[in-house]
Amino acid sequence: MDFGLSDEQRMIVETTRAFVETELMPHELEVERSGVLRDELRLELQGKAIEAGLYAANMPEEVGGAGLDTLSWLLYEKELGKTSYALHWNTVCRPSNILMACEGEQRDRYLLPAVRGERHDCQALTEPGAGSDLRGMKTSARADGDDFILNGTKHFISHADTADFAIVWVATGEEDSPRGRRALITAFLVDKGTPGFTVREGYRNVSHRGYPNSILEFDDCRLPKGQILGELHKGFEVAGQWLGATRLQVASTCLGRAERALALATEYAAQRRQFGQQIGKFQGVSFKLADMATELKAAELLTREAAWKYDQGTVTEADMAMAKLKATEALAMIADEAIQIHGGMGLMDELPLERIWRDARVERIWEGTSEIQRHIISREMLRPLGG
Amino acid sequence: MKILVPVKRVIDFNVKVRVKGDGSGVDLANVKMSMNPFDEVAVEEALRLKEAGVADEIVVVSIGVKQAQDVLRTAMAMGADRAILVVAADDVHQDIEPLAVAKILAAVAKEEQPGLIIAGKQAIDNDMNATGQMLAALLGWGQATFASEVKIEDGKARVTREVDGGLQVIEVKLPAIITADLRLNEPRYASLPNIMKAKKKPLDEKTPADYGVDVTPRLTAVKTSEPPVRKAGVKVASVDELVTKLKETGVI
Ligand SMILES: Cc1cc2nc3c(=O)[nH]c(=O)nc-3n(C[C@H](O)[C@H](O)[C@H](O)COP(=O)(O)OP(=O)(O)OC[C@H]3O[C@@H](n4cnc5c(N)ncnc54)[C@H](O)[C@@H]3O)c2cc1C
Repeated sequence: MDFGLSDEQRMIVETTRAFVETELMPHELEVERSGVLRDELRLELQGKAIEAGLYAANMPEEVGGAGLDTLSWLLYEKELGKTSYALHWNTVCRPSNILMACEGEQRDRYLLPAVRGERHDCQALTEPGAGSDLRGMKTSARADGDDFILNGTKHFISHADTADFAIVWVATGEEDSPRGRRALITAFLVDKGTPGFTVREGYRNVSHRGYPNSILEFDDCRLPKGQILGELHKGFEVAGQWLGATRLQVASTCLGRAERALALATEYAAQRRQFGQQIGKFQGVSFKLADMATELKAAELLTREAAWKYDQGTVTEADMAMAKLKATEALAMIADEAIQIHGGMGLMDELPLERIWRDARVERIWEGTSEIQRHIISREMLRPLGG
Repeated sequence: MKILVPVKRVIDFNVKVRVKGDGSGVDLANVKMSMNPFDEVAVEEALRLKEAGVADEIVVVSIGVKQAQDVLRTAMAMGADRAILVVAADDVHQDIEPLAVAKILAAVAKEEQPGLIIAGKQAIDNDMNATGQMLAALLGWGQATFASEVKIEDGKARVTREVDGGLQVIEVKLPAIITADLRLNEPRYASLPNIMKAKKKPLDEKTPADYGVDVTPRLTAVKTSEPPVRKAGVKVASVDELVTKLKETGVI
């Protein structure tokens, strides 16, 4: 097994890193202190990302993306992940892969403009009453002739404020299953401005300043059936087909931030002196560094292996769950210890550590909580034994 | 017109350079290496000339260890069309001297017949600032070094040079050699789609013997040492204090 990077992968890392360091990082303090990414700055940086050929690199070549294999894509995600979500997600956009399920004129209205940076998507699954248990969602669509009429509320929907359209999962019926009645789910493409569809300001949260989440309301929102993404009642299938690797993306962005925090902590331990010597000479500090580096490497290897298996077509749900679980928890530990090594200075916003520490918190919750990842992993172990 | 751009693999400019324990040179084992920054500027200039319709092909060439193919791939990801790698050393610590490099480049130029060669003005590892000039002499071509602006028209290059005390504008007949200064342009990022495409671009591997050049070193490095460590300074609160301190230390 070859653990090295190919020439292409090395260049992808170098280019993305150079872009993040020169174009994005200089704006971090402004975004953190003001809590907003100004529209003007967002558009300027998006323009630069398009020019640099970094935009939508997750998408296949035939629709205008870079056509990266999964490992290369994740290396790019890791470098982007070093800066704040507001700065990398809203400027070097990665349109949702699920748009590859667009068919016919949907491609011209949603997929292709998203790859070109002309339109932006957001994804709405979560509801006030349905988080981990998505199938319990109450937002529904009922058929009315050739149309569907949507009613209900979604919340915590990231970057819906700047999105032009939403991919929305709703209940479209019920079926019998071995464990009783369960909802049938369908995904719809909903343009902003569609009558009956409102995006409201969401909650303020501790992580990812300048990257807001919104509340989406559907009040007799009428959509023609051509707005269905994939097939009727097959909303989770289309999600499963295209969004599987999103957990690896979360893992990778976490690795990026963890690496940055560890680098800062290492440098500080070598330079800061107390009691007449470098603090890194105290075992209490140096052993922390060793543990942080080991956690990071373990998480990185899990993520890379899952990426490699993804391309081989042999990846399992548990592989991806383990990578997401380990990377998000490693980031939490590394961010916390990096602050400890810095003492008081670690908490000051002149350094990116307090941000990395705050931003780490949401990673164990979104894209499936750590408990849900453990549930997935253990289910894969116990199921063959009848568990 | 074809443009030839020589590129060198050097220690990355961000790396803190360390001298080997025995003083025989700089430690290059497990150190990040990159394209010489001046050569990146040269590649960028060639790309701009191609985009402006002045050039139709860009060939990059590197002379050194096998790993130098990294920088050739990077140049092709930026947009160069093909690459030639002349493997002239096995050990990353063995530097090929400017005269040998110039001789190989002259032979490559005879084969490739470029209308223009753009090189970096110097490599940041040894700061020799000699290869471009030697190459011009070997080929009998005109040279315009330290370029901060290049215009090609009517078979001539109009080059603005950064010289002590200002800017000098000169004209050289093509074919010619231009060496790039940092202010000539700002090199682009290699875009991800181009990185993926670079994989399919041709990279020819050669040896100095293919060009009949002997790369045996003629210079002997006697000793390499770190620059003296600067003593820590003190912070002063006011001009008065500064003057007092300067007097105390006998500077004024
Ligand atoms: C900042 C932010 C942005 C988000 N962006 C989006 C978005 O763009 N689109 C979107 O659709 N959603 C988004 N989400 C929602 C996110 O995916 C959910 O928060 C997440 O799935 C958890 O759901 P919940 O918050 O309702 O928690 P709940 O599901 O109510 O969980 C509460 C607690 O119970 C535990 N728990 C639940 N079920 C089990 C179980 N079976 N076994 C063990 N423990 C269990 C959980 O682990 C958790 O600790 C976002 C969330 C946040 C915070």
